[in-house]
Amino acid sequence: MTAKNLIYDGTFDGFLSAVFYVFEQKLKTVTIQNEFTMQQGLFSENETIHTDVSKANRVWKGIKSKLSSQGSYQLYYAFLSEQSGVEDLLLDYVQYAFSQQKKVDKDYSHPSILKIAQIAKSVGREKHRMEAFVRFRLTKDAIYFANIEPDFNVLPLIEKHFKRRYADQKWVIYDIKRNYGLFYDLHNVEVMQMDFPDNFDFTKSNDAFFATQEFEFQKLWQDYFKATNIESRKNMKLHIRHIPKRYWKYLSEKQPN
Amino acid sequence: MSFQRTQEKLKILADAAKYDVSCSSSGSKRANTNKGLGDATGMGICHSYTEDGRCVSLLKILLTNHCIFDCAYCVTRKSNDVKRAAFKVQEVVDLTINFYRRNYIEGLFLSSGIFKSADYTMERLIAVAKKLRQEENFNGYIHLKSIPGASDELMREAGLYADRLSVNIEIPTEAGLKKLAPDKKREDFIKPMVKVKNEIIQYNAEKKIIKSTPKFAPAGQSTQMIIGASGENDFQIMQTSNHFYKNYNLKRVYYSGYVPISYDSRLPQIGSEVPMLRENRLYQTDWLMRFYGFDVSEILNENHQNLDLDVDPKLSWALRNLHEFPVDVNSADQRMLARIPGLGMKSVFKIINARRFRRLNWGHLKKIGVALNRAQYFMVCESNQFEKRDLTPEKIKGFILQNSNSKYQKTLSNQLNLFG
Repeated sequence: MTAKNLIYDGTFDGFLSAVFYVFEQKLKTVTIQNEFTMQQGLFSENETIHTDVSKANRVWKGIKSKLSSQGSYQLYYAFLSEQSGVEDLLLDYVQYAFSQQKKVDKDYSHPSILKIAQIAKSVGREKHRMEAFVRFRLTKDAIYFANIEPDFNVLPLIEKHFKRRYADQKWVIYDIKRNYGLFYDLHNVEVMQMDFPDNFDFTKSNDAFFATQEFEFQKLWQDYFKATNIESRKNMKLHIRHIPKRYWKYLSEKQPN
Repeated sequence: MSFQRTQEKLKILADAAKYDVSCSSSGSKRANTNKGLGDATGMGICHSYTEDGRCVSLLKILLTNHCIFDCAYCVTRKSNDVKRAAFKVQEVVDLTINFYRRNYIEGLFLSSGIFKSADYTMERLIAVAKKLRQEENFNGYIHLKSIPGASDELMREAGLYADRLSVNIEIPTEAGLKKLAPDKKREDFIKPMVKVKNEIIQYNAEKKIIKSTPKFAPAGQSTQMIIGASGENDFQIMQTSNHFYKNYNLKRVYYSGYVPISYDSRLPQIGSEVPMLRENRLYQTDWLMRFYGFDVSEILNENHQNLDLDVDPKLSWALRNLHEFPVDVNSADQRMLARIPGLGMKSVFKIINARRFRRLNWGHLKKIGVALNRAQYFMVCESNQFEKRDLTPEKIKGFILQNSNSKYQKTLSNQLNLFG
């Protein structure tokens, strides 16, 4: 039997449909690849998978019955990491889970399970970082706007947190790396795409777009940030470990004055 | 609100509040049920970190730094020549709400210098919290300082709006307090703490019967001690700490290495180093007490009154108790696993789960994330390779120190030079 390379559309349902196909066709040597980032294998035959929500749901239901709830959310978190090759790890995990009687998600000495747990942990950490590092800026149309550039695709994971917390203000969180965002209109959260004007600067607040009082509060926040530091305990190594430099770009307190 | 005046006040009153260590914003159960602003149900969030590496989770400010007391260790003491300022209630409310809306903070930590009287000060703190809850529909986290000597009625009211209350005992022993803060009495600190403790107990009892009982300080209370200002040893400090955990149901005791702020001859002089390493060892001990099942007397006692600075307290305990080791990771119970140096509680739970599937060897343990550099001398696993030499504690300590890189290397080598 030749090796198969299954190409899916990048969605979680698409990935689950590919898993369905693997089980249905009893494929042995197989890889699963995202159509946007796929690499051509030398000796494998490509096969395009059509996303089928009902098949995806069947697989997901099966996964949930074979794993603890923590195990199944770890699978989803790891999927959102978008790391190259993560689909094959996930497939190995799922095949192992279905082959065993016991729930296997705590089997930390199994290589794929430990690896997935570790990837899920980094995704969880990035989710938590975004809950911390989102900085809303009040626009002239009274919307609190934030742009982010997370390492992993965590927008789907942080939606609930922000919806619950900022129930009485309109807000947008936009992932400029993946070019999509969430918009909360005081009732629902919707996924949306935006075109930004050429003169829009993601790091600075331009008064063409942002409310006047926005500048005052940013200044107050920067002052507060400086005043609350204890100079004689300075520890930049620890500081950078907590806020790695790649996040500084959009933090108002880290902007040069 | 006038921007410039607020800006000036914020600088003064944030600067004065920064010696309070607590920044915790977790442990509350205040959900956003009214379509209001904020939610304090989840885990705490550190929104930023200052350059000293401390977390910024709450807007931590004093209502005023005017104070009638003259405690030697305190930067806002009466006799200190610093700029004084006072916020209006509305200013604090506006700052909190606007910072919160921008996702800068989890909430407010409001403390104050004591002006006029304890009750008068406490009333003003409560007024801020009340306004935030009732007028602004604010469900974020509020931490209020219990003012020593405040009346029981006010403490009760404070608990209805605040998530956490705290009163800092500051000096670990009564003798030290007498020396450095002659106007203050230990009883004054204890009184509000007792009231809050009793109210929380009562709330928990009533909650079982009447579900709608209004919340009372759901994130509990905490306190803080200054380390290295008044000559206490680690044994005294941790005994005090243990006493407060046991008798007042505290959520946390914080340890704050004394930052020299005055030329008072009773205190370490300006320019002397902040005892950060010692502070770190005390926190490790605190964790061993609260999460690792240690009794404080196992770590600190009459014969062992100070923590080692060069190794962590768990390793130090293990070296004094080599007869308890080696531990077999494939069969030991949770209590003993937690006592192996180099194993955190996360690794302990991973091991307990993973060994149900197969017996674990060094490779598995390394991948799970055990710090084998320390752990290897204290455990055996599914392998015939393990430490077979009969090593003395000094030898083991020597091997471990040779192969490790302490982040405190600089501090440590200075200290060793002193004696060497």
